[in-house]
Amino acid sequence: MFDSPFALEIGYLIGTILFIIGLRQLSHPDTARKGNMLAGVGMIIAIIVTLLFYDYDPGAEFVGVKNMGWILAAIAVASVIGWMVSVKIKMTAMPELVSLFNGLGGAAAATIAMVEYTSKSSFDTGTLAVLFLSLVIGGMSFTGSMIAYGKLAGKVGDIFSPIMTWVNLLFLIGSVGIIGYGLASPDAMDGNIAWILLGISLAYGIFFVMPIGGADMPVVISLLNSFTGVAAAFAGFLYGNQVMITGGILVGSAGTILTVLMCEAMNRSLLNVIIGDFGGEGGGGKGQAGEQVAKEITLTDAAILCAYAQRVCIVPGYGLAVAQAQHACHEFEKLLEAKGVDVYYAIHPVAGRMPGHMNVLLAEADVPYPKLYEMDDANPVMDTTDVVIVVGANDVVNPGAEDDPGSPIYGMPIIQVHNAKNCIIMKRSMNPGYAGIQNPLFFRDKSRMLFGDAKDSLTKLSSEVKSL
Amino acid sequence: MEEVMTFFLENRIFIYLLIFAIFLGFELISSVPAILHTPLMSGANAISGVVIIGAIIVIGQAESNDYLSLGFGFLAVMLGMINVVGGFAVTNRMLDMFKKKK
Repeated sequence: MFDSPFALEIGYLIGTILFIIGLRQLSHPDTARKGNMLAGVGMIIAIIVTLLFYDYDPGAEFVGVKNMGWILAAIAVASVIGWMVSVKIKMTAMPELVSLFNGLGGAAAATIAMVEYTSKSSFDTGTLAVLFLSLVIGGMSFTGSMIAYGKLAGKVGDIFSPIMTWVNLLFLIGSVGIIGYGLASPDAMDGNIAWILLGISLAYGIFFVMPIGGADMPVVISLLNSFTGVAAAFAGFLYGNQVMITGGILVGSAGTILTVLMCEAMNRSLLNVIIGDFGGEGGGGKGQAGEQVAKEITLTDAAILCAYAQRVCIVPGYGLAVAQAQHACHEFEKLLEAKGVDVYYAIHPVAGRMPGHMNVLLAEADVPYPKLYEMDDANPVMDTTDVVIVVGANDVVNPGAEDDPGSPIYGMPIIQVHNAKNCIIMKRSMNPGYAGIQNPLFFRDKSRMLFGDAKDSLTKLSSEVKSL
Repeated sequence: MEEVMTFFLENRIFIYLLIFAIFLGFELISSVPAILHTPLMSGANAISGVVIIGAIIVIGQAESNDYLSLGFGFLAVMLGMINVVGGFAVTNRMLDMFKKKK
């Protein structure tokens, strides 16, 4: 037999390589499934070699992992829970679920740091610093993800006050200060500092996400995802464990890039998102609602307009997800196609609550790939489109982003539905969108409102089209 | 200061690893089509469940009568494992839906 350090390190090496290849393949449509599998296999290998071959004191006689019964029980219970939840969950609730899972990972990192801290009597400064960082980042990632989950699930509202920016700054300075103090005078701490840091990081996570508006949640989830990766990497530093370091850092940097891409899509800086001066408050774009009247359209008129058009574009948004209208939408699209109408979907990169959210939903409803146009492909064909149907999207079609410098989202690229010949906007009410900004699109001459639940409206539209 | 220097010297291989991994992560992700953003985020999230290795190490060194460490270790293993299993399963489910279209 080979000796255990060798088996352990080879296992970790293979695991790391599989993570890298997995991530690589996850970023290409053709290989994404395989990439996910490979990364999963890498994880299983890393777990198994740890269970079998991890050596606490490489110099001395082999002492492997103890308490195997506890570990296997925890793994079994967690596997069942994780599996059940992910199989049962509705596709529309996916963003919440990712946020929830992410929070658990953060909690695990914080817990490890706490146990490690309480079970050892002395640390050198470097180890202690790493431990504190893992604790703080993991802790805030946990509560932050839970709040993001609550917001997406509609259980937590937006609470914003300018004071919170200062409170957050205080938390940040406080935790840095306490870490510094703890490192400078290791004798003065006696176990309490870690608990204080834990408390602060948990509170910071809450205060960090609380004031950020719903429209920015995709960015926040992505950011918290990278935090969890970094926390895992710091926990890996504690044990000099390469697979944890590489895995964690890969996620940290990949999450950061994704976050930046999302911010770019909204034409805002990350700092601007985090400080949260826009998410909850309307700013300049508000206030014109009272004077203008949006025109409604009846179901029959809408059906006729679509059925006799040459080209129809559907712009989905979060309203589609909330109403679970993806199947009804596909139904309607097929009916129009049967009547010879050319139908395509225009997908804004940050439509919904996560990047790619709309793509996942429409894929679930079997909408063919080639029908999904990305924003840059959809905009040039907009002026040859007869009817645009906006299904529960708002801010991503707000022309104020292009022509109203006072609008808080001025400069954000949008789908230019106002260039189409007609525009039907499906909405539940005249309330402004998630970002709280009034949308001048609704009051344009070519725009007509169709109020009601998106699924309900689409189903009714379909039966109207059938009876034509 | 001396401690910082010692720490750096002792861990320089890991610090190199850290820096290479950061750049590798950037490179791997920087050209992703928007349709894959959600599955990718979810898959990356599952990989961050690698923290479970640390959880196993923590609980694996606890004395069998140290119920505090055992309890928290158990909790950490569970949290990490839910992250891993749930993360990969959810990602797979999302990607399954793309596959049908081909």
